[in-house]
Amino acid sequence: MTEPLLLVSHLHMHIGSARGAVRAVDDVSLAIGAGQALGVVGESGSGKSMLARAIMGLLPPRAVRSGSILFEGRDLMALPVKQQRDLWGKRIGMVFQDPGRSLNPVVRVERQLTEGMRRHLGVGRAEARTRAVTLLDEVGVPDPERRLGNYPHQMSGGMRQRVMLAIALACEPDLLIADEPTTALDVTIQRQILDLLRRVQRSRGMAMMLISHDLSVVAGRTDRVAVMYAGRLAETGATREVFAAPRHRYTHALLDATPTLHQERHARLRVIEGSLPDPTAPPPGCRFHQRCTAAVEGCAGGPIEMESVGVDHRIACLNPVVTSHLVGAGGAHDGR
Amino acid sequence: MAGSGVAHLRGDEALLRVEDLVVEYRTSAGVVQAVSKVSFDVLPGETLGIVGESGCGKSTTGRAVLRLDTVTSGRIRFRERAIEDLDEREMRALRREMQMIFQDPVGSLNPRRPVRELVVEGLDIAGASRKEQEAAAGRVLAAVGLSDERFRDLLPRRLSGGQAQRVAIARALAVEPQLLICDEPVSALDVSVQAQILNLVEDLKRDLGLTVVFIAHDLNVVRTVSDRVLVMYLGKLCEFGTPEAVYAYPAHPYTRALLDSVPQPDAVDGFSGPALEGDLPSPLSPPTGCRFRTRCPRADELCASEEPQVAEVRPGQFAACHHPLPVPEVPTGSGDAALPIPVPVPVPARSTA
Repeated sequence: MTEPLLLVSHLHMHIGSARGAVRAVDDVSLAIGAGQALGVVGESGSGKSMLARAIMGLLPPRAVRSGSILFEGRDLMALPVKQQRDLWGKRIGMVFQDPGRSLNPVVRVERQLTEGMRRHLGVGRAEARTRAVTLLDEVGVPDPERRLGNYPHQMSGGMRQRVMLAIALACEPDLLIADEPTTALDVTIQRQILDLLRRVQRSRGMAMMLISHDLSVVAGRTDRVAVMYAGRLAETGATREVFAAPRHRYTHALLDATPTLHQERHARLRVIEGSLPDPTAPPPGCRFHQRCTAAVEGCAGGPIEMESVGVDHRIACLNPVVTSHLVGAGGAHDGR
Repeated sequence: MAGSGVAHLRGDEALLRVEDLVVEYRTSAGVVQAVSKVSFDVLPGETLGIVGESGCGKSTTGRAVLRLDTVTSGRIRFRERAIEDLDEREMRALRREMQMIFQDPVGSLNPRRPVRELVVEGLDIAGASRKEQEAAAGRVLAAVGLSDERFRDLLPRRLSGGQAQRVAIARALAVEPQLLICDEPVSALDVSVQAQILNLVEDLKRDLGLTVVFIAHDLNVVRTVSDRVLVMYLGKLCEFGTPEAVYAYPAHPYTRALLDSVPQPDAVDGFSGPALEGDLPSPLSPPTGCRFRTRCPRADELCASEEPQVAEVRPGQFAACHHPLPVPEVPTGSGDAALPIPVPVPVPARSTA
């Protein structure tokens, strides 16, 4: 890989609270190459959405960022606001979980869809409308001409998410950041949107950061994956390798705790005991060590760095899973 | 799919038997049949999983059994008692035998009452003495794995989602019910906590001999907890059978489509079959005949003109479909030959009532 499209290095985001600074994102480094899809997975409190917000500069009140976020070599955190705005919406598109709340309820689809094109690409009204129809067609909205005149409330959740995606794609971004884009949708509609994301990503050669709490959503449709826990990276690597043979104890436990379609009736699920550490005062060492069944001496000690355990496979774990035995949701890694 | 009929009912030994249940809502735009002639039964000690997407009527079905929603028509028998005929006072007494837990555990608990009072509220209403309540509180909190000492005085907002769901379960258990209806009990929880609650439900079911109706949209979860599975679409029953049979050899095209929409880490492009096209039709004017036909790859004229009735397609497996799927010779979602085909567990054929 030549210079990555997006290179995040030692990113921290701490958010002030009455009880002290919440370490929402703590020393996260990752890269996305042009045209590549990176999945970011983790449970609530893992910092995955905060990571996206930190990258996008959508900071919560009293948040402080440090580190660097290079997009094509330019540091987004050091860029003047005006130049940042030129990037957002144009080179980098975004889709969020709740299409109902991300769309403006009192503005018709047409204006929401053409606004970015007219501003960033300088196209005229008629041209923007033509492009909008093409875009809606591309994301699978039936009868696109008529839909342009709709308000968001006149559409189903799946349709709204398609419109959100069309808006994000309007200026042909090089990177799409999708934060839980299908979490609010039913499973057959989620399937349609995931297929759509995949198709668009491939046909346009667009890079994507797909954030989800659902491991299986990320599993079939990203090239690489980053697993987060309590604000930190636990494991990164090729998606298929990480899911088929996870090395970090947390990734392994999480996969084991996930029920599958092939589960035995009344099979006991593996449980991760305990709960997330206090984000204002995380334990020293590995943040998972208090809940880990394989913690060893040193896990509670100093900082644990990401170490390489294979080709493009890195973990922050002192006592990794040894064999590449098959795990619950991972299964055999064939197909594609 | 999406039909009516009672061919799948299993006779007199059922603890709960629902026949031709209809629940209607009046809206400004007209009447919606949220549940339309749905029948099912649950044997003692069994877990029935009800699965389907938004708008399929699964939650309304669960609520109707407890008469939290008004039953428009149909018969609900719980241990020989006709629920639709009971007056409010009798119903209140009966609800002690049928308890329900909900999706949003924190929101379903009174925010101003401490855990200790919450879990025995049902007993308090039933007129149990302080001493009885005290003993019950300790017992049910222990049963759901919460320390009495640590949690007794906490208010719901101090609880995590998993802890609050445990409190909700303890509260249901305090009145010693026979039937527990769980409406999306884990869908708001993280995977690691979800596993804790699912294991807890399994333990309680075994230890206390509970009968469970488990309503969820997550097919993976329903697979693990259920002895029988009921698939619903737009207020109608699609398919009924053991999880082994229904998941390995779905007879209804909708069941097939649902299963193919579950992301599979080990399948081609993440899914094991083709996507279902289109959106849910408006429940205000559902399609004629089979309600699924507008999205069904197998639909023909018959599906538009005539509503399919529930029929046994294979021993113990029932579907409401004019064109049920056969047992495939190669697993659908081929291209992934390494995927093991689960062997269906033989189901003893039961006589219908």
